[in-house]
Amino acid sequence: MRVTVTVNGEQRRADDVWEGESLLFLLRERLGLPGSKNACEQGECGSCTVYLDDVPVCSCLVAAGQVQDREVRTVEGLAEGDRLDPVQEAFVEAGAVQCGFCTPGLVVAAHDLLDRVPRPSDPEIREALAGNLCRCTGYEKILDAVRLAAARR
Amino acid sequence: MTSVGTPVPRVDGLLKATGTARYTADIPFEDLTHAVLLQATIARGRIASIDASAAEAAPGVLLVLTHLNAPRLPRMRAFAKGGSAQQTVPALQDDRVRFAGETVAFVVAESQEQARYAAMLISVEYDEEPPAVGLHGDAYPPAKVNGQPPDYRRGDAERALADAAVTVERTYRTPVHHHNPIEPPVTIASWDDDGGLTVHEAAQGGVHMMRLGFAEALGIPRRKAGSIRVVSKFLGGGFGGKGFMWPRNILPAVAARLLGRPVKLELTRAQMYTSGGYRSETVQRLRLGADRDGRLGSIVHESTSTGSDMGEFPEPCAQITQMLYACPNVTGTHRLVRQNVGVPTFTRAPGEGPGSFALESALDELAGELSLDPLELRLRNYAETDPEHDRPWSSKGLRECYSEGAERFGWSARNPEPGSMRDGRWLVGYGMATAAYSSHTWPTFARVRIRADGTAVVRCATTDIGTGTYTVMAQVAADALGVRPGDVTFEAGDTRYPFAFPPVSSSGARSIGPAVRAAALAVRTRVARLAVKDRESPLFGADAATVRAIGGGRLARADDPERYDTFVDVLERAGLGHVEERKGYGVMPFLHSTASGIAPWPVGPLLRVATRPFAGRYSTYDFGAQFVEVRVDPDLGVVRVSRVVGVYDIGRVLNPRTARNQAVGGITWGIGMALMERTTTHPRLGKYTSPNLSGYLLPTNADVPDIDVHFLDRPDPLVNPLGVKGVGELPVVGVAAAIANAVHHATGKRVRSLPIGPAELLG
Amino acid sequence: MRTFAYLSADDVATAVQAISTEPGAKFLGGGTNLVDLMREGVEHPDTVIDITRLPLTGVEELPDGGVRIGALVRNSDLAGDRLIRGRYPMLSQALLTGASAQLRNMATVGGNVLQRTRCAYFYDGTAACNKREPGAGCDAIGGFNRNHAILGTSEDCIATHPSDMCVALAALDAVVEVESVRGKRRIPLVDFHLLPGGTPQVETALEADELITAVELPPSPLAATSRYRKVRDRASYAFALVSVAAALEVADGTVTGVRLALGGVAAKPWRAYEAERVLLGAPATEESFRLAAEAELAPAVGRSQNEFKIELAKRAVVATLRQLLTEGGAA
Repeated sequence: MRVTVTVNGEQRRADDVWEGESLLFLLRERLGLPGSKNACEQGECGSCTVYLDDVPVCSCLVAAGQVQDREVRTVEGLAEGDRLDPVQEAFVEAGAVQCGFCTPGLVVAAHDLLDRVPRPSDPEIREALAGNLCRCTGYEKILDAVRLAAARR
Repeated sequence: MTSVGTPVPRVDGLLKATGTARYTADIPFEDLTHAVLLQATIARGRIASIDASAAEAAPGVLLVLTHLNAPRLPRMRAFAKGGSAQQTVPALQDDRVRFAGETVAFVVAESQEQARYAAMLISVEYDEEPPAVGLHGDAYPPAKVNGQPPDYRRGDAERALADAAVTVERTYRTPVHHHNPIEPPVTIASWDDDGGLTVHEAAQGGVHMMRLGFAEALGIPRRKAGSIRVVSKFLGGGFGGKGFMWPRNILPAVAARLLGRPVKLELTRAQMYTSGGYRSETVQRLRLGADRDGRLGSIVHESTSTGSDMGEFPEPCAQITQMLYACPNVTGTHRLVRQNVGVPTFTRAPGEGPGSFALESALDELAGELSLDPLELRLRNYAETDPEHDRPWSSKGLRECYSEGAERFGWSARNPEPGSMRDGRWLVGYGMATAAYSSHTWPTFARVRIRADGTAVVRCATTDIGTGTYTVMAQVAADALGVRPGDVTFEAGDTRYPFAFPPVSSSGARSIGPAVRAAALAVRTRVARLAVKDRESPLFGADAATVRAIGGGRLARADDPERYDTFVDVLERAGLGHVEERKGYGVMPFLHSTASGIAPWPVGPLLRVATRPFAGRYSTYDFGAQFVEVRVDPDLGVVRVSRVVGVYDIGRVLNPRTARNQAVGGITWGIGMALMERTTTHPRLGKYTSPNLSGYLLPTNADVPDIDVHFLDRPDPLVNPLGVKGVGELPVVGVAAAIANAVHHATGKRVRSLPIGPAELLG
Repeated sequence: MRTFAYLSADDVATAVQAISTEPGAKFLGGGTNLVDLMREGVEHPDTVIDITRLPLTGVEELPDGGVRIGALVRNSDLAGDRLIRGRYPMLSQALLTGASAQLRNMATVGGNVLQRTRCAYFYDGTAACNKREPGAGCDAIGGFNRNHAILGTSEDCIATHPSDMCVALAALDAVVEVESVRGKRRIPLVDFHLLPGGTPQVETALEADELITAVELPPSPLAATSRYRKVRDRASYAFALVSVAAALEVADGTVTGVRLALGGVAAKPWRAYEAERVLLGAPATEESFRLAAEAELAPAVGRSQNEFKIELAKRAVVATLRQLLTEGGAA
């Protein structure tokens, strides 16, 4: 099937998409956007988190056909030109990035959290980001990054 | 002015936060084909028949390898014997099934989805045999445990136990653990027209070691191993799970050779449980004997873990017991029980992780028997020298770790009575444990080049598995050269770069750091030599050996810092595009000159030769103290860790930011180990029950409290010129025991089997 | 994943028409469960009918004070809905303890009701599972069954229903509205999911050609003082070992109204009628709570590894009721 979808503000088209493909596969393998990571394919780790119509979802569990005519925003679409999004900036500065594989999903999830809750409490941050597993950092610096980004926005 | 010791932000942070860092799976490839594994669904038996005809006829399918048609592959040399493999039995060589998850077919197609679909069409009939499951069978001694004999004895521990005034005898259990890095392992193999092989690998296994493994597996003579290139630039975590050569690393290269096209294999999360090792379950019997004052007279630590027909890796649990306390009579034994599962391997804090759970829990129980404060018990048995080898420590700040940790934590507020402390309805418990880890120095080479523009590039074939090597090594080189860290690029993860051992055993900073420093100093000296011979240089006539780096790429006379030259000017006047030096560290001096970073390397013999001179006079360990507060819901048996204080002696701290990351992450591993991590096996079928991230729970953001990490930051000059020890594993050690001890303090209930949850506390 | 046809429906009539002619078809809502199960090879429909564009996304107040929830309302939207938070706090809480933020953003109400069990042996296509393959046997009974059911099990199946939301719906006397080409009908939520008996493959009262269009909550003043409490192996993002949805009304120290349901204990959200019977009219004391819990759990059967859940369930009931008594409902 053909899938037409707006990705990071640009209309994109993919032909001969197999029905069983996920949005994650579509982004990584067909649209050249490997920023979103494939790590569990079960919605259990959050590494593939992207915005779908302004709501973060696990793109590994979205069937490609479901995104027809909808809007997707990935980690690659957060910065404006060379200007990083404050969340990205905060992740780098706070030392919230270690191996970095969970980072793209976390950045999107944190971005959404701050859009909805500009000054989240620590328990709010912890619960909102509980769907993004990190095996390196122990999360401390991720919390720092969200607090830092919140202060700057 | 110096960069080492300052919290320089991660140089690759930007790439990673913008999604532009290219991990192995992200690398675009022309003409790429995609492979999937089909794995055995029984734990033991034979393949009675395997029919791949439907798969071969499926759309897009290029190749299906089974034991019927796969090229013959050799048995691999074991890592313990100088090779690169834990599982020495290659895949697809016979009809035997030795464990559930063993590869029975390898399918290659134009797309990953086509390959997956085709794999579903392969029908396999098995003749099943009952598998050996659990640590119930006959125990046997392994050949070696971390290079040591399986049994260790000093004094007569049995006799001392019989004579002891107070004894504790307990058995502790830990389950199977999986590394579960967030990135699944990926291999992309491609052959060029000249017979050269390039493999892009998510390889903690060290690109040079993997190159040797590929040569061995593919029948390429060692002298021609230079035709194999292994590349590994960004890794999404390792923790031991991407170390070594496993059958899944080899098959893509085999298929790519047959197809004449590049082949990519990306494991699924489920396949990660059976394709790259795991931490064995352990049963550990601890017997302690002490006098009434709490002085240990005897410790017997008997550890049993999983044996396999396919390779041998005993979890070295008792080794920490051999060195940690001043006790005259100690016996440590390691045994294996053969099971139909894959070969275990190193998992973050191997040995010390589960071993400390048993030892440090038992000490807490002893403290209870003696009505002695658990910290005081440890201080009364403090080992001023290494009791195992009877020689001094290179450095040991453990006493300060205890006191600093206790102070920060508020240990003195602990009411010794279990169940006595509360916060509202929550039961509160304090627990502590000692941490120690035997981090290693491995032979490492580095090449440093200073360029005409004054910037430098450092090359070393280590890999940055997320620890911060790219950042920290740039700092080390910058200081040695006297330039800003931003002017140094550290390049890693390529066999074209000088040899480095895999970044395992917390070895990165202490092995690579000195090599980088040595190479950078050599470059600086060479530039200085050019300058002192150059009449136009302010350094003309000075002694090159005394020329100092004063920062900003300037080299000054020792007697007059106002008279200086710069890298840029010296190179320009000399008409040089760059100056380069290569140095090794951790190897005997004669090897420095003969070894080529590009030549294949006899890892095993090298190790034996190279590390001998470092094994003589001192014992080197990382030390620490862990303090934990837990809250236990008295109704439901739910345990939450509410506070952790970790104080560590890791020698000099090269970068407090990256070191702290490692420590907090390590403590979080300990929390996972204590409260949730466990791979379960069907007791009859011998198959893992939930090989995924909802069955195997990793701590989430919500499980980790505020953690207070403090480093003594005291350089250990005896261990290497940088004074740095290791930080990767130490912070894991002791956390599970400290949590179990805190749970006991909160509830009066001693849990001797991990993980600890409602089932354990209500039962 | 096997190949399948992909259809998309824009209205309910088209959707139910499509499934009436495609007996092997499945509706695709949020996808969090179906896409996963298809990838695992557990579900392999010939046709998938994408219903995410159906206009079933409203949460409306009913004239009687109840609330009607469209089947495609996202779990996150429902949890944050003003009406739900105010009138049925246990439902909002239950939703928020389910899965992760991302999955709640995707999962729909209808899909949540139709969630399939997370029993590992159901998921593992190579294991024996009577639910997946009737007559194949049950590897859970002799296997790793720590998380499995203790109530209403059979020798054929000990799987649990994994939903949190449904536990609250069971306590709230919710009604599921379904539609097919044959018309509409209403099924009380407590009758919607079925116990395994000898046919664990039959999980719900829904016919193969029916679509869930809405869930209705009757008015319940009682529910304004309610809580959902979930016991799990980590602080967030894990399925329940045991969960409790409870509402309590006390007058002069006597229980005058109570709603109680348990999760993680059975193949269906378990409405605790027996406990409610014991409690109604009884003094609102810890002792009554314990007696009620004992009564409800009396028929419970533990297996090799989940015996602890019987005591855990009792304690969770007592703890939740005690909390309602002392602290009132959730904010």
